[in-house]
Amino acid sequence: MSTAFQVAVCGSIVPDPLQTLEPVTGPAGPALKNELMLPAVLDPWAWHALFEAAHLAKAHPGSKVYLVSVAPKAKLQQVMMTVGQKVPFELLAVDGPSSGFTEAAEIAPLLVETIKTIPGFDLNRLLVFGGWESASRGAGATLQIVGELLGITDQFQGVDQLTVGQDGALEILERIEGGRHQISRCAGAPAVLGWATGNLPEPPNNPQIGMANMRGIMPALQKAKPAKLTGAGVTFASVTLPKQQRQTKIVKDTPPDEIAREIVAWIQQ
Amino acid sequence: METILFLTHPDAGKPALEALAAAQELGGQLIIGLFGAEVQTTANQWAGCGAAKFLGVIGNEFTTARYATDAAAAEALVKAAQATIVIAPATSRMNRILPGVAHRCGGRTDTHVTALTATSVTRWYYRQRMEAVLSRTQRPWFIALDPGCHAPASPAPGTATVTIVPVSLPSIRTTVTGVKSPEASQQTIRPDAPLLFVAGAGWTKKQPDGQPHVSEAADLILGFLNATQASLGSSKSLVDLSGEGQAVLPFMSHLNQIGQTGATPRHPKGLATCCHGEEPHVVGWRFINERRAINLDANCGWARGKADVLYVADAFAVIRKVNELLAGK
Repeated sequence: MSTAFQVAVCGSIVPDPLQTLEPVTGPAGPALKNELMLPAVLDPWAWHALFEAAHLAKAHPGSKVYLVSVAPKAKLQQVMMTVGQKVPFELLAVDGPSSGFTEAAEIAPLLVETIKTIPGFDLNRLLVFGGWESASRGAGATLQIVGELLGITDQFQGVDQLTVGQDGALEILERIEGGRHQISRCAGAPAVLGWATGNLPEPPNNPQIGMANMRGIMPALQKAKPAKLTGAGVTFASVTLPKQQRQTKIVKDTPPDEIAREIVAWIQQ
Repeated sequence: METILFLTHPDAGKPALEALAAAQELGGQLIIGLFGAEVQTTANQWAGCGAAKFLGVIGNEFTTARYATDAAAAEALVKAAQATIVIAPATSRMNRILPGVAHRCGGRTDTHVTALTATSVTRWYYRQRMEAVLSRTQRPWFIALDPGCHAPASPAPGTATVTIVPVSLPSIRTTVTGVKSPEASQQTIRPDAPLLFVAGAGWTKKQPDGQPHVSEAADLILGFLNATQASLGSSKSLVDLSGEGQAVLPFMSHLNQIGQTGATPRHPKGLATCCHGEEPHVVGWRFINERRAINLDANCGWARGKADVLYVADAFAVIRKVNELLAGK
């Protein structure tokens, strides 16, 4: 018997990893310089989670993927032009900040409120996906709070593999120390899975999927509710870039044997 | 005065001792909270740590790492201790539960903390690209200290009196069935290794004879790792090749990846080979103290200003010779 899941993939946008970032302090606390001008991408681990969700949905007819995102909607629209080409999903958006300096405890309730707007929301079919950390805050905290708010105590972090059995049970591989995976068996949905990289390559662009997605993405962006976060209770004393610039010694035109001896001596120091 | 709960599972090893040392330095009333199948042995090992009391949650349900049971145990310990600050080692087991437990207790969490004082924590944002010092008014304040950021404590052993805290468990729907480890010969991630060896995609590219030598690259890298017991890291481009089904380096997976979307390990020394690109690699090397690199590009943006020494040479030739020297040939 196949299980039809509602897969809510939580993920926001982050600056393109190749961009140089510089912190600034504004009236609302720390932020990135020219943040709204920086090219953005979907958070890399949420990106993996989205592919895994689509893969799961394809294998389980009746399942549907929802991308639940708190982000500035103008930037989110730009990112969706790329993401929307990859896999089928329905966007559920909240117009709010995507800064790493926001609080997971403030983002999580917004995500939960939005997840609950899934048409025909059914907790017993719900899988909450997302990245196990973001590339902005990098706390690995939001999904756990989302799970708690939804009353889900089957939670997994650093997930690299999910296998659904005929009975709807989930076998999950989570990263643990030393390059190992813990294997768990969960009775089935609901569950929270914070994905690491998984095993799937990035899907190729598919214009048909892109057109189908865009029919839902634009209305979702138009009706995205604004969210205001307070950041109450936290004070940033400083946000600084690492200043370390090394004086690199360049060794060239040197035989490999000599370099090897130097490296061995260095290793054995 | 803050009431500081040092919260951990007994098998957390060195990261637990590091976080314990950080908790000891905060100066409040220290309470130790342990959960697991058995906690007395660890409590006795830490008897002289200066804790006002030891609290424990014990039972077979807490043998393995599982969110539902671990979170229930941690919640009970925090509430029993009436902690205002909770310090934990950032093990995978603690990282999994801490934010959820903080939510249950009405508190806030800071994870991946690299330093802490009585009033503030230091942690990185945007994948180790900027460092912030912050403080909070909310209590309890949960803090997970990353491994390798503090000298470990060395408490005197003795006999500790552990007060057992009762826990009401939710229905348990998850069973931990095992751990999957790489084959012994392919166990290449060694967090405690003194040296990190990073392989870039250059190992798989065409060599001067116009052919790639992937098999030889694999032998050289494994030979180096076996001789030095170094930990293996990889650039994203190299592990992506592996993930796309190409027969590249059979022992390489996304678990080895360092950088923007990978790990940022801590090792005293690092040797990068055939790596290019700048910012993502810098991120992966943030916590490597001494850095050397071998590649063919003297102007490599990654190495210039980021490595201590850049050897402009063929990594195949150099590592081959290094392996010979290490083997005593």
